[in-house]
Amino acid sequence: MKKLMLGNEAFARGLYEAGCRVVSSYPGTPSTEITEEVAKYDEVYAEWAPNEKVAMETALGASIAGARSFCGMKHVGLNVAADPLYTAAYTGVNAGMVIAVADDQGMHSSQNEQDSRHHAIAAKVPMLEPSDSGECKEFVKLAFELSEKFDAPFIVRMSTRVAHSQSIVDTEERQERELLPYEKNAQKYVMMPAYAKTRHVFVEERTKKLIEYAETTPLNRVEMSDKAEFGVITNGAAYQYVKEALGEKASVLKLGMVNPLPVKLIQDFAAKYEKVYVIEELDGIIEQHCRNIGVNNVQGKEIFGCIGEIHQSNIAEKLLGEKKEFTELGENIPMRPPVMCPGCPHRGLFYCLSKNKITVSGDIGCYTLGAVAPLFAVDTTICMGASISGLHGFNKARGTESEHKTVAVIGDSTFMHSGMTGLVNIAYNNSNSTVIILDNSITGMTGHQQNPTTGKNLKGDPAAAVNLEELCKAIGIKRVRVVDPYKLAETEAAIKEELAADEASVIISRRPCALLKYVKHNPPLKVNTDKCVGCKMCMKLGCPAISMRDGKAVIDHTQCVGCGICQEQCKVGAIE
Amino acid sequence: METKSVMIVGVGGQGSLLASRLLGNVLLAQGYDVKVSEVHGMSQRGGSVVTYVKYGDKVYSPVIEKGEADAVISFEMLEAARCLPYLKKGGKLITSTQQIDPMPVITGAAQYPEGLAEKIKAAGVELIAVDALSLAEQAGTAKASNVVLMGVFSAITDYPEELWQKALEQCVPAKFLDLNKKAFELGKAAK
Repeated sequence: MKKLMLGNEAFARGLYEAGCRVVSSYPGTPSTEITEEVAKYDEVYAEWAPNEKVAMETALGASIAGARSFCGMKHVGLNVAADPLYTAAYTGVNAGMVIAVADDQGMHSSQNEQDSRHHAIAAKVPMLEPSDSGECKEFVKLAFELSEKFDAPFIVRMSTRVAHSQSIVDTEERQERELLPYEKNAQKYVMMPAYAKTRHVFVEERTKKLIEYAETTPLNRVEMSDKAEFGVITNGAAYQYVKEALGEKASVLKLGMVNPLPVKLIQDFAAKYEKVYVIEELDGIIEQHCRNIGVNNVQGKEIFGCIGEIHQSNIAEKLLGEKKEFTELGENIPMRPPVMCPGCPHRGLFYCLSKNKITVSGDIGCYTLGAVAPLFAVDTTICMGASISGLHGFNKARGTESEHKTVAVIGDSTFMHSGMTGLVNIAYNNSNSTVIILDNSITGMTGHQQNPTTGKNLKGDPAAAVNLEELCKAIGIKRVRVVDPYKLAETEAAIKEELAADEASVIISRRPCALLKYVKHNPPLKVNTDKCVGCKMCMKLGCPAISMRDGKAVIDHTQCVGCGICQEQCKVGAIE
Repeated sequence: METKSVMIVGVGGQGSLLASRLLGNVLLAQGYDVKVSEVHGMSQRGGSVVTYVKYGDKVYSPVIEKGEADAVISFEMLEAARCLPYLKKGGKLITSTQQIDPMPVITGAAQYPEGLAEKIKAAGVELIAVDALSLAEQAGTAKASNVVLMGVFSAITDYPEELWQKALEQCVPAKFLDLNKKAFELGKAAK
């Protein structure tokens, strides 16, 4: 049956059709929907793990046990899972194991723009890269076959455009697969030095075989054009831009297997043209490979750079000198940056921090938006969990002066991911740090995924829920308290008290995300224009539902969810 | 057929994903090769949201760039103005007249430009401006503005009515179907 599917949905369909049995992932844009979609198939066991390292180890365990397995993550998630990845390269698999890593060219929803092909090369793990939804499904199925044939976990690299574009997919039936037998094999699965040494030899031999495979696999294909004056070597989403911009004006070598890369195939293709362009997003990995194998008539990064996406207009302009005409208004159009939603429980908390000029060590989630106008509350955002460990370091460096005016903020899901270990460090190595857990009962930014604190699993069934208060106490934090961030005065008082205290403390700012379906909204609030004095105190909250018209505040009834913090903020009682 | 491009733009939370899904399903049923490109994540939190729909005999790039769109469908006036450069010469701009202040306007760092509809027309662009929000509220909920605008789009294109109805049935939960069908009809009649 032909269907329009997101790349991620097609990827999930591929997992299903290939008989994948065990899935463990951590959400991260743009990879999240793979796992959400595959969870809809009853034949597949699927879960959210607390982080990517746990997810990959779970998938490897399932593979060793004889089940085809999968784990999915975004590019920075692979950094977290790098430890098991580099050794899974040595152990290889029993049943096939596939890893999705989704890069975010253009940084639509990420803190960096790293190219995950570097991990595949460094870990010596083969990597495939589809260019549309149809290929997502086919490449996943082939990746399982190849994983078993070559005894290696296979990475399938996604990108924002491939993951979040819908194109036509032909669905097929699932091929049910029995568990493969598990046989104890310490030489293969116990990676202590004596055994790992022999496995390293295996890995190097395997790479040679994979290069031979790369020379002839249909994953890498040449599309010759009689009218071509030059050649293009490309991969992934960039292939689509190349075809759109150049059509028959170029012959194309499309690389669907991006690690390891073929040698003779590239040499033969490049020999056909005086000029060959390598058009790859992010780093010049294929281009460098060309030079390493003596193919020197290539150009790439000096034309296209290594930042962001490479779209069709860029290619048409740089290689053909063509430019599209368009109309502009000549009007200054204000930007519309993302903001915390109306009713977002983080708003009240960040308002209190901003008002008291507190230094805030931030983390990864919706609450990163606390960094922008008008709250400007967040000082640092690095990676998952870094708020807490970073705060500890900050306080160790600056001492008492900093301890009483610096906090960490971290969401419930991010705390479970890698914030806990930082809190252990605070307790163990004794810094007088104040940590605020923003518990909105969900993983918010990636679109509402369950996590170990929510009491539900990926399939929506009841699950054990971590008790954050008890957990923090068990770690060794004596001062643990809960506040409701809709109550500004209470929240502000709690922050001041905990900062003043002479020992480490945790404040749990608890209120479910206003976008959750079960959260009941109050009727929208209204401004009584007779009472409003136009003081703009309500505007300091940065709520997108409130604006000023003719010197008075107005509340957009289509956006307001009646959270009431502007009511508490209004000194003249004008909000009703 | 040469590839056609339609851009759907709005503010995060206005339902551009449903609109693009509706259109994608209609075009798929018409037998075209179709690509629909969305951006999820951070930008959905009240920021500018852009969705691309492309169709034809064979579609390569899922992305629409400046000067390439045959039509832009906008859920908000400022976003319509922002995306004007994406229209190709002779392209059509359909917009809701709704205005939502972005944060720089709320904080007073910028002004919401006045008279945008007139300025767009003065630039020689074919503009269809509809009060989609009122029509959606008339149908039962402000949230159906997206479907109102797809109704407007259906009136300026010639895809069979039954394909739109089927797409609505495929994309909208059963309990909201009647409401959305009404919103679609109001949009169609508003053109």
